[in-house]
Amino acid sequence: MPSNASEPLITAPGSTTRTAPDRFPLAGTVSSALKIVIVGGFGVGKTTMVGSVSEMRPLSTEEIMTQAGAEVDDLRGTRDKRTTTAAFDFGRITIDSTRVLYLFGAPGQKRFWFLWGQLFIGSLGAIVLVDTARMEDSWYAIDRLEHHGTPFVVAVNRFGPGPDLERVRAALDLSNDVPLLECDARRRESSRDVLVTLVHHLASRERGGFAPKDSM
Amino acid sequence: MNTEPVDKEAPDRLYTVTAGRGGADEPTLDSVALIVAESEPSPDMQSEHTAILRLCTRPIAVVELSAELELPVSVVRILLADLLDTGAVTARHTTPSTAQEGARHDSDTLKQVLLALQRL
Ligand SMILES: Nc1nc2c(ncn2[C@@H]2O[C@H](COP(=O)(O)OP(=O)(O)O)[C@@H](O)[C@H]2O)c(=O)[nH]1
Ligand SMILES: [Mg+2]
Repeated sequence: MPSNASEPLITAPGSTTRTAPDRFPLAGTVSSALKIVIVGGFGVGKTTMVGSVSEMRPLSTEEIMTQAGAEVDDLRGTRDKRTTTAAFDFGRITIDSTRVLYLFGAPGQKRFWFLWGQLFIGSLGAIVLVDTARMEDSWYAIDRLEHHGTPFVVAVNRFGPGPDLERVRAALDLSNDVPLLECDARRRESSRDVLVTLVHHLASRERGGFAPKDSM
Repeated sequence: MNTEPVDKEAPDRLYTVTAGRGGADEPTLDSVALIVAESEPSPDMQSEHTAILRLCTRPIAVVELSAELELPVSVVRILLADLLDTGAVTARHTTPSTAQEGARHDSDTLKQVLLALQRL
């Protein structure tokens, strides 16, 4: 298992190039951590999105798959029957002297859902990344997020021509209050906009919370 | 990385590291609980405990320890349970790990997150 994500950080022309350090210890004053989960099918751009906003090079690790009846052939890092594992990656954004935000890239397919229970409870919310050529990859994740009441936004990564956002909304059967936007996960500004949209969405759900548009 | 690499070729290695225990009865430590060393490693410690203590002289999340040690998160949780028991490390509290739904966060936190994102 590599300790660094295998994919290099890819930067599209026009976006800001940065070199994220490999090791970047938190300040000693940091006392609480927040989580946002980026979920989607293989190759949809999860690692790219984490890498484009993370203050350190994304790290990759794994969790033991304990669920009975898992489809072992499809899993990465299969060791033996007892220690089947699933990989995920993550990055980090320091918020202020006491808070840090962790961003997780997690496979959204049904067989990986156990990861959510163990790793992502207490998340602020989720970003569902969608490739319009493989929208069915997102159905299960959207269904579970809705079922658990986890706030989420949907970001469409364009890999080529595809249906417009209204068609995507219909195909995913998304209710109108779920924010849906386009993004290019390779661009930091674009990935940042997706995160900002999620935080606005969270704020608007908070009862008696602040009005995000006014505060900006 | 200042740790001895764990021998990933040996299939029973995970079992050995955690002394054959499963994680089921361990208290759940949040994946981003921040771990801080409270003491120096001692010579009689197992190498994984020593490695953890060296990595958490500054706060470090459970998942970061997992990535640095190249051990699955649940194995790191078990290793940390020993260190928490003896007080060699402490965990700074994070989001509640009981609620199944997304935790509710105060507006100040969301505001600070927005400001940090705008600085990116
Ligand atoms: N056109 C386009 N390509 C992307 C985008 N995001 C990621 N990619 C590319 O898609 C490939 C897979 O991305 P990756 O982040 O590894 O996907 P993951 O499996 O979800 O982690 C990489 O070659 C990326 O450069 C995007 O927004 N637009
Ligand atoms: Mg990936």
